[in-house]
Amino acid sequence: MVMAGESQFHVLAVDDSIIDRKIIQTLLKTLSYQVTTVDSGAKALEFLGLHQDDTTNPNTPSPPNNHQEVEVNLVITDYCMPGMTGYDLLKKIKESSLRNMPVVIMSSENVPSRITRCLEEGAEEFFLKPVRLSDLSKLRPLMLKTKLKDQNQKQEEKAAFQSPKLQQVEQKQQPSNDDKGKAIDEGLSPEKKN
Amino acid sequence: MEVVQIQRRLVDYTKSLFMEGFLDGQFLQLQQLQDESNPDFVVEVVSLFFDDSEKLLNELTIALDQPNVDFKKVDGHVHQLKGSSSSIGAQRVKNVCIAFRNFCEVQNIEGCLTCLQQVKQEYYLVKNKLETLFRLEQQIVASGGSIPMIEMGF
Repeated sequence: MVMAGESQFHVLAVDDSIIDRKIIQTLLKTLSYQVTTVDSGAKALEFLGLHQDDTTNPNTPSPPNNHQEVEVNLVITDYCMPGMTGYDLLKKIKESSLRNMPVVIMSSENVPSRITRCLEEGAEEFFLKPVRLSDLSKLRPLMLKTKLKDQNQKQEEKAAFQSPKLQQVEQKQQPSNDDKGKAIDEGLSPEKKN
Repeated sequence: MEVVQIQRRLVDYTKSLFMEGFLDGQFLQLQQLQDESNPDFVVEVVSLFFDDSEKLLNELTIALDQPNVDFKKVDGHVHQLKGSSSSIGAQRVKNVCIAFRNFCEVQNIEGCLTCLQQVKQEYYLVKNKLETLFRLEQQIVASGGSIPMIEMGF
């Protein structure tokens, strides 16, 4: 059930097979997620607003969310793809400014070393194909966890930035897609989200 | 024929496809995803499978006809066919692909050619069966009936 005012979760699905893209799209829509499908790792990076060489500085601070057109909450990708594999894509995401993005890998082959490698590189889950609805119901807690973590992080950053002795209203308000008009009042701690 | 009779025929026919191993549980999963908001889902996915498979079978025929067979290339095509047949529940096609890949790995051309023949056979069989199934569904819908959901014991 999507509550009024709560934005839907948006999943980016990556698979070179048109059949699998159609299936995963339908599965995800059945779970009420917003879905975008792409057929390659390169297109996934493009959609996420990352450039292929944008990935090696772990000290890059997270950019404001208007960096991407649409916010993506989770990436689910096939492992075996020509060009950039799902593992390569996972790595690039984890080395980028979107390192907190949950990434899930799918594969038709049950290779333990492959599974380990992906999990070690930061994949949240590894699903064997064909993927079932029951597998995908594990995604919600992952996205929820990250969303809450991001919100808490933003709260902390605002609190740290603002000294209690500050008398003036904060002049600069950073535009951000999910700020939802949080205003910072004079000398007060930031509003808590309901 | 009355709608009830066609529905009965459809149920029996579908069950036989499962019993004979043409289809597996994955096909049921796809049927369960079909609803009023997505009424042609199964036909659409299966049509994609037909197009994709025929393309792959052509490419396999060409690849295995070369003087120096590129087994990696052949394996790539079989891997794709295995994946798509698995995704729609075409069990017998998938099983031949598994054997096929083993022959690719050891570069056994005879084994590969035999598997190619088998996979073509299984593909055309399941294509035929699915087309029959869809025709029965169409008849039911055209007569104003609804497509019965199959309850399987396994």
